[in-house]
Amino acid sequence: MHSTKVSKGESEGLVANRVLLTLLVAALIGAALLPFAAMAPNRLVSGQSVGLVSALLAWQWGTLGLLAVLLGLCALSRPFSLPAAYRLVLVAAPLWLLLVLYGLGSYADRALEDASSAARISQGAAFWIVAFCPVLMIVDAFQRLHTNLALRSLYAALLAGSVAAMFALDVFDGLAILREYANNRELFAAEFATHLRLVASALGPALAIGLPLGLLAHRRSGARGPLFGLLNFFQTIPSIALFALLVAPLAALSEALPFLRALGVKGIGATPAIIALIMYALLPIVRNTYAGFAGVAATTLEAARGMGMTSRQILWRVEIPLALPVILSGLRIVTVQAIGLTVVAALIGAGGLGSFIFQGLGQYAIDLVLLGAVPTIALAVVADFLLQILVAISKPAGAR
Amino acid sequence: MRAVTLRAPTQGRTWLLVGLSVLLVVLVLFMEALKPLFQFAFPDLQSPLYDRESFLQLTLDHLLLVLVSSVISVSVGVGAGLFVTRRGGREFEPLVSSLAAIGQTFPPAAVLAIVVPLAGFGFVPTIVALTLYGLLPVVQNTIAGLGTVPATTLEAARGTGMSRAQILLRVELPLAMRVIIAGVRVSVIINIGTATIGSTVGAQSLGTPIIAGLVGNNIAYVIQGAVLVGLLAIVTDLFFERLERRFSFGG
Repeated sequence: MHSTKVSKGESEGLVANRVLLTLLVAALIGAALLPFAAMAPNRLVSGQSVGLVSALLAWQWGTLGLLAVLLGLCALSRPFSLPAAYRLVLVAAPLWLLLVLYGLGSYADRALEDASSAARISQGAAFWIVAFCPVLMIVDAFQRLHTNLALRSLYAALLAGSVAAMFALDVFDGLAILREYANNRELFAAEFATHLRLVASALGPALAIGLPLGLLAHRRSGARGPLFGLLNFFQTIPSIALFALLVAPLAALSEALPFLRALGVKGIGATPAIIALIMYALLPIVRNTYAGFAGVAATTLEAARGMGMTSRQILWRVEIPLALPVILSGLRIVTVQAIGLTVVAALIGAGGLGSFIFQGLGQYAIDLVLLGAVPTIALAVVADFLLQILVAISKPAGAR
Repeated sequence: MRAVTLRAPTQGRTWLLVGLSVLLVVLVLFMEALKPLFQFAFPDLQSPLYDRESFLQLTLDHLLLVLVSSVISVSVGVGAGLFVTRRGGREFEPLVSSLAAIGQTFPPAAVLAIVVPLAGFGFVPTIVALTLYGLLPVVQNTIAGLGTVPATTLEAARGTGMSRAQILLRVELPLAMRVIIAGVRVSVIINIGTATIGSTVGAQSLGTPIIAGLVGNNIAYVIQGAVLVGLLAIVTDLFFERLERRFSFGG
């Protein structure tokens, strides 16, 4: 059914894939007009811009040009058939991406050879565009091919593995963001671990509180309104305000109660952060648990009762398995949200990757900001993808 | 995901909205009057009231950040949503939808931290970051809202001889409006929160006293900023809730 939809309508005229063509043109315009990299004499001065062609070696931009021509041909209705063009994009776009990454790394190495040791090479706006466009081309090609999740995951893992290998082979070591990393290697590992620990220590209690509350909302319709009203109220308060508002009462509590102080509960630090993260996590968990249970068909429950199952059996063997995919989508929302909110927790001294961001903003050291921001984004995207796979696996075989 | 329908007691909500709005305005205008209270609660503090800028000015700056970015987000976002649901742009719909979904996994604070330095610190770069991020829920909900209009309804509209523009303005948009407003609500609430963090990249907002308090160990400043911005967010959310309800048909 899908393949007929793909081959009809879209193949008319000269251009077969306007999305691909748009992305390609955007990448080329970005590469032509914006700086690909910047070189600065030290970490605090803003750098001198370098365009893509002058930053890369001839064979590198030459190959990029050839790949661009190939991708351009894929966007046209001739010479390739549509499915062949999509598959070709899945080969050419990642090569383009990896070459751009490699080109940036090798430019940094060459530029640093005859520069002082304080010199910094940073990636420019054109780099982000030229690296992001092939990713979107890949996403688009997969959507048009209607590939299943397993193949997509394999492909994503291969691509991520290639990029990781480039990191392992020290391709990017000349870049300022990795030199910031080299200077803060141990601190980075510690803050990364703190970030994960904060997220995990909020999600555990949030699930423990949220799942029963969701079940309660399902069973007692009267509790629903006030419960969702309260949780929505939490969710609405801006993160920094909630973090900050918890600081004062916790400081007072820990002052007054020595046993709390002995437990490490302080006004500033991890405790208010974890409490705030739990408060934010409750709404999606409770809402999705409720929606999951509400989505179990009455006829299914009737059948289970007819088979003589007890209400406990019905809960564990029928309702929970059927509600699980929706509950796990709630967990997915909450995990991604918590990874992002933990950034802000650095402002109240809870640590995590946000501490690099705010330290960097305070010093106008952009590469330090990126050392916090880029891994946070990567963490959120990876967590989202993994939980998406988990949701797909949890669906009953017939509904996948 | 299945939509959860919540029926809230309308009357109570209205009074809550009015009451909290009045509280917000009074606190913004007369925070100084509470100085003795803060002095009493935090006797160790030399300056128990944030006085480097008036709270009215901070609130107006905050509102300006949110208003400008939201107006741009909504016009561009609804426009993009309309484009990809028309015949000419339908090909872009899957990519734009996944872009909006992937983009929303990016933490707003991280987006702010990356965009603002690229464009220079201050008010305008913060607007750029807020606008970019605020676009995503608007685009997503515009596409979703227009997608909920049943094909039979469109068929009937066409059958009565309505032009395409008439169908869009009199049938599709009114039916999709509730979902679009829900997207605007998410966008505006996120922007109120992110504008607070904007004070770390040089845009004055209600976050300014919070950051000043956290840096200078002054809990009173923190509370003053946080209470105002929290109230602002809740009042805005309640307002949008009412607006959404006004556009729900037969529900």
